[in-house]
Amino acid sequence: MLKIENLHAAVEDKEIIKGLTLEVPAGEVHAIMGPNGAGKSTLSYVLTGREGYEVTEGSATLDGEDLLALDPNERAARGLFLSFQYPLEIPGVPALTFIRTALNAQRKARGEPEVTAPEFLKLARSAATSLKMDFDMLKRALNVGFSGGEKKRMEILQMAMLQPRFLILDETDSGLDIDALRIVSEGVNALRSPERSMLVITHYQRLLDYIKPDRVHVLAGGRIVASGGPELALELEREGYDKYARAA
Amino acid sequence: MSLASAIRTGDLAELPSRRDEDWRWTDLRGLIRQLPAPSAPLASGALAVGPFDALASRRELIANGQGPAILQIEGEQVLALRIVSQGEGAHAAAIRIQVAPGAKLTLLESYEGEGAYLAQTSLTFTISSGAEVERIVLADEAEDAVTVSEAQVELAPGARFGQAVLAGGARRQRLETRLKHPGGHAEVRMDGAYLLAGKRHCDLTTEVTHGAVDGTTSELIKGVVRDQSRGVFQGRIVVAEGADRTDARMGHHALILDDRAEVDAKPELLIFADDVSCAHGNTVGALDEEALFYMRQRGIPEAEARALLIEAFVGEVVDRITHEGAQDVARAWLAAKLGG
Repeated sequence: MLKIENLHAAVEDKEIIKGLTLEVPAGEVHAIMGPNGAGKSTLSYVLTGREGYEVTEGSATLDGEDLLALDPNERAARGLFLSFQYPLEIPGVPALTFIRTALNAQRKARGEPEVTAPEFLKLARSAATSLKMDFDMLKRALNVGFSGGEKKRMEILQMAMLQPRFLILDETDSGLDIDALRIVSEGVNALRSPERSMLVITHYQRLLDYIKPDRVHVLAGGRIVASGGPELALELEREGYDKYARAA
Repeated sequence: MSLASAIRTGDLAELPSRRDEDWRWTDLRGLIRQLPAPSAPLASGALAVGPFDALASRRELIANGQGPAILQIEGEQVLALRIVSQGEGAHAAAIRIQVAPGAKLTLLESYEGEGAYLAQTSLTFTISSGAEVERIVLADEAEDAVTVSEAQVELAPGARFGQAVLAGGARRQRLETRLKHPGGHAEVRMDGAYLLAGKRHCDLTTEVTHGAVDGTTSELIKGVVRDQSRGVFQGRIVVAEGADRTDARMGHHALILDDRAEVDAKPELLIFADDVSCAHGNTVGALDEEALFYMRQRGIPEAEARALLIEAFVGEVVDRITHEGAQDVARAWLAAKLGG
């Protein structure tokens, strides 16, 4: 599914990702853990094509297709979805309008017919119900005046409606209380399938109690410095990142 | 001193210039080296339909400055006042609009033209007690025109006045509204939007003077400038001595989409009374790049994402228009301007 090889990337001429190699096969959930400043968020922006994040070496492919050659919206249409650590507020654009525009733009890019208004509303209602969101929230400007937890729920709702093939969850647990964390995690777990993979970026092990990874990688100094099973997350929780930060 | 008096007298010295504080960003004296000949009359039969004709119960036309001098409004009316200019000449028109007590007027005022004309339109509104006026102005002048539209509004206590001015600019375009607010629970809404491209210039100038207690004013102006265009906003709210318990809010927000485009803004609150609630906000900036990336990450192509953000930004002004048909016309105009 996702294959990253010897990736180097810089922000304002400062190299942040320094030779990162990682493979996430179809159907698997991998976690990336690491200390602050290790390059976790940078990796998610490089993969999604944010301006100002320059790839200087290496490759990243999704099912064999070169991601780095595509515009951000083309990557999204290929099924790449980033759940933002801090979802943006879009004043004046109701959430429903936003999601419908995104869904139809993606479908158009893939040569599929647009979704009709009744179909879309049905999808939106069922997604809102399963995330315990008030449907009226979807009529309000996207994320404007929403709490941290509501914004994260809105990210998961978008995921559920856009049905991406590859999800990147960037610090999805930040700003969530336990109840919200549980609802958000259930939303994510409902999307697990043999055709879909996920990269869960997190500083703390807590999220991984809810979204259980197949593999855990430690990112430090811009590289993957250790990989293992779920037990690695528990070890990090116990012993901290010091060992790896020094090794980097 | 005004464009109209310069046109009437043929005296260039009558043109407002940058030495007049209220005209320093729209200097007509510095721009106009020679006054053109008076415009020839226009045959009204040759004109296609106006943008608001289909919505109106009454239609009036000012063609190259020629038209009715007084409009009396009684009962409930939807009036399409269409101001058309053509050619390379100069013309000015003055119209008094008298709104009877308890009358309800929706004024759908449109400006359109072809050529490098010079035009001033002066409107004087007298709005009686208990009357309601909603004024929607669609000012879509020719690119080479120099135009001034001036409105003086006198409002009786207990009346309502709401306006939304939508302007596309011209070589120079100035839309000015000066309103005398009587307090006494009269309500005023003074909105506007300018959408400029090329080398167009638009100046929205408003002045609301609260003369007595318990008046409300709400003003929201949005602007979008691209290419080498220039937007000017001058908003003044005066609260005279004794006009206590005035509630006035003014906001001006502009997006600059190109490095060579410009916005000049001067919001002013002059308060001589006690116990008032007045506020103004003024922001000028670029489109939010982070929001754009977020939208693109969800699959929306860049051009579409930009258009959606800009339309939402200006749309707030259109949303406040209460006449549904006029709101649709305004929205369509907006979409056409942003699409081009």
